[in-house]
Amino acid sequence: MADTLVSVVAPLEGVEPAAVQARRPESSRRAAFTVPSFLGLVPFAAYILLFLGLPTAIALFTGFLDGSGSFSLTNIEALADPVVLNTFGNSIGLSALTAVVGSVVGAACCYALIGTNPTGLLRSVVDSASGVLAQFGGVMLAFAFVATIGIQGMVTVYLRDSLGIDIFADGVWLYELPGLVLPYIYFQVPLMIITFLPALEGLKPQWAEANASLGGSRATYWWRIGIPVLTPSFLGCLLLLFANAFSSFATAAALTSQGSQIVPLQIRAALTSETVLGRENLAGALALGMIVVMVIVMTLYSLLMKRSAKWQR
Amino acid sequence: MIEPRPLTRWLILGVVGLVFLVPIVAMGEFTLRRGLEGGYDFSRWIAVFSGGLTGEYKGVLTALGNSVVLAVVTVAVMLVILVPTMVLVQLRFPYLRRAMEFVCLLPITIPAIVLVVGLAPVYSVVAKMFGSGVWTLSFAYGIIVLPFAYRAIQANLQAIDIVTLSEAARSLGAGWTTVLVQVLLPNLRRGILSASFISVAVVLGEYTIAALLNRVNLQTALVIVSKSDPFVAVIFALLALVFAFLLLLAIGRVGAPRRKRSLTGASS
Amino acid sequence: MSLTTRSAAQTDAKTRGAGATVEFRSVVKEFPGHRALDGVDLTLQPGEFVALLGPSGCGKTTALRVLAGLEDATSGSITIDGADVSGLPANRRDIGMVFQSYSLFPHLTVLSNVEFGLRMRKVPKDERRTRALAALDMVGLGVHAERYAHQLSGGQQQRVALARALVTEPRVLLLDEPLSALDARVRVQLRDEIRRIQIDLGITTLFVTHDQEEALAVADRVAVMRAGTIEQIGAPEELYTRARTSFVAEFVGLSNRLDGVVDESGTVMVEGVRLPLIDATTPLGPVSAYVRPEDVVFAAEGIPAEVVSSSFLGSFRRTTVRLSSGALVRIQHGATAPAAVGDSVFLALTGAAVAVQQRA
Repeated sequence: MADTLVSVVAPLEGVEPAAVQARRPESSRRAAFTVPSFLGLVPFAAYILLFLGLPTAIALFTGFLDGSGSFSLTNIEALADPVVLNTFGNSIGLSALTAVVGSVVGAACCYALIGTNPTGLLRSVVDSASGVLAQFGGVMLAFAFVATIGIQGMVTVYLRDSLGIDIFADGVWLYELPGLVLPYIYFQVPLMIITFLPALEGLKPQWAEANASLGGSRATYWWRIGIPVLTPSFLGCLLLLFANAFSSFATAAALTSQGSQIVPLQIRAALTSETVLGRENLAGALALGMIVVMVIVMTLYSLLMKRSAKWQR
Repeated sequence: MIEPRPLTRWLILGVVGLVFLVPIVAMGEFTLRRGLEGGYDFSRWIAVFSGGLTGEYKGVLTALGNSVVLAVVTVAVMLVILVPTMVLVQLRFPYLRRAMEFVCLLPITIPAIVLVVGLAPVYSVVAKMFGSGVWTLSFAYGIIVLPFAYRAIQANLQAIDIVTLSEAARSLGAGWTTVLVQVLLPNLRRGILSASFISVAVVLGEYTIAALLNRVNLQTALVIVSKSDPFVAVIFALLALVFAFLLLLAIGRVGAPRRKRSLTGASS
Repeated sequence: MSLTTRSAAQTDAKTRGAGATVEFRSVVKEFPGHRALDGVDLTLQPGEFVALLGPSGCGKTTALRVLAGLEDATSGSITIDGADVSGLPANRRDIGMVFQSYSLFPHLTVLSNVEFGLRMRKVPKDERRTRALAALDMVGLGVHAERYAHQLSGGQQQRVALARALVTEPRVLLLDEPLSALDARVRVQLRDEIRRIQIDLGITTLFVTHDQEEALAVADRVAVMRAGTIEQIGAPEELYTRARTSFVAEFVGLSNRLDGVVDESGTVMVEGVRLPLIDATTPLGPVSAYVRPEDVVFAAEGIPAEVVSSSFLGSFRRTTVRLSSGALVRIQHGATAPAAVGDSVFLALTGAAVAVQQRA
């Protein structure tokens, strides 16, 4: 920074301002302060541009190019292909289902955690376990479910041998679309706990006290105060869960060895040149489709969170 | 007042907890199976660890090594690029804070699977400059961990008044390097540690980008191994999950005791 | 009102040359959309304690920060002992600064905090420790050397901050509302202590505050600032008794504002009473006259008024009365209440000085 310039000129021990003044004309006074500061932002900006901006732009715009590199809408039109539409439908359906189940169960857990010591062991364990399962699970969760309800899974075997129930009587569904539901719920619930618990802590105790002093019961509190206040956060977290499931790839990739029932798997197929409608750059179009969905969902999410933050200030 | 009744509380947590434990237990049970004869023992575990670096599972251990290197480099990238920028914004460009927050939360909206579509061309250039070693994946990983790292560091930044601290240090004669290293960083330790741990956990669990850019890391190796030997895959998966759990637990506890430190309130 | 006048110790310090002369010359500071300093001229004599007083937004803190080097002046110059420091960055100006909010480094002990400035100046370890401990003893906190900031009370923390600022023996001491965040009693104790130390060391000091009682109590001179300029500067008594503008009269101490007429040079007619003027050159005509509450007394006859309310303030009472013209007048008087609410009383205005300004 420019300060080092001056430090060479005027050591602190016995500052010699006169000498400094002789060397620095008035006009450079301002420059010394602001110009170098902006440079400090360059590394981060360059990094973001190169590894976030550029790839995103490429992902979005290759959808508009055909095999020879010229502008074309064929890939975009391909998004209307029944196969692709079906895939999007699967993704949306899967995400919606697991988001709803995850948010309801997660909210119940958050409710159960109200009043527990925030620095206590229970909370720490729940926070850590939720963190692991929600964000770092992916592949490992797939294995966990193979071990649980796979063909030789613990639960499968138990149900078959002890209760005579063969869950795979109609085919092994674990490695197809329905098989993703349980693993997805397994990381959706923890994610809900992580994101919804802070909202519950935003419920001011004064509201409960006011409710009591005005003659309300526990039920009236939840019905008239708690739930209405929490609804924006709840919906926001539900949307976040949706977005999380929609963009999830690792679990599906680890479980399904063939087939591309959801969009991320379609993208993989398109990238590894497995014949998907025989079109180049289809991955870009699919990516564009995903981004559109994500942007809509995340915009709604941030709007809802802003609303709830206002109430719980 | 609004707390649930203890019965309700423990019923909900108990049921959910048990249900969630089933897959973990199943993993354990799975790895202890002896094979066709039935019964359980630790033979598979012993096989994995006794093999060591020259054994059958050398591939997985190499991949683990790759992932560790990736974790370290990603944390380094995050520390060198993200932390100084956040400090700079807080000190000199407070009006850019919203913009930076938006940028750092973008990776949530742009999932890895989308990013990787555009990363392939970028990485062909990167390969020319830095070679195609696995460690170059860290550049992409730095982006993936941004939301987590940013939140962890920002929470710390907001709790301390770095503007006043840096002004006080400057008034006492400190140059900017001294301010950053001797005054600000020691007070950002908690946030940086938290961000680092979370980044390590994310990198260890990352699959999408490594797989689609054809690199070998822990997760891709596990997927490959699982096709031929599911038991090993499950053993490593269990270990990784437990490790990540303990890591996060450690971060959480590092934060907690500080709050309990008593204030020996002396009167003026 | 001022804690001390120039004492022998202070004069000694002056001749020791401990204090530096500080000059603001036509300093202007512009922020986008807002002119914080609009041509400030101010000279601090060696060893002088000057308070910058004014409401929020008047520019007092900006002036201090420009002197500290934490902001750059848009134009004008700052000199310390005759040399222009405008080009020097903050960490090279050899100043000591105490901030309003707690600026102690939380990760260092009290002693390490105080040693910090000495470390920057590469003072050897043993000397550093000795000097830091001496500075802590000076503020009475030597026993807390190994504690951390969060273990001390607010007043203690500010005293450590003071020791930290002074241990390097800077040429100028800057205090940015150091007492605003403290309890009332601690505030009074600490301001007296700051003044005492300042006199002992003879260090030139600039003290920013919005509390006029504080400024009057400790400073050698007080500069009242408004909208980026110094409206009036002078010794505390002078500001109080000879305010030159209505802003100063209203800001410094309590004042009653009454309508009056200047009808012959040297006096003003207020509510039928003739009072001498501070500024004899005030033009004739209608004016706003300012009378201090302690200059209004109850009398057997005079201006009729009705008692509205009365507050007991320990060593004195403040009673508010309403005149027949509807104007409210506050009177400061001895603790015994002369009359109850609703009573009719008579007032006399004693021959204290009045600051007058043209009525708009």
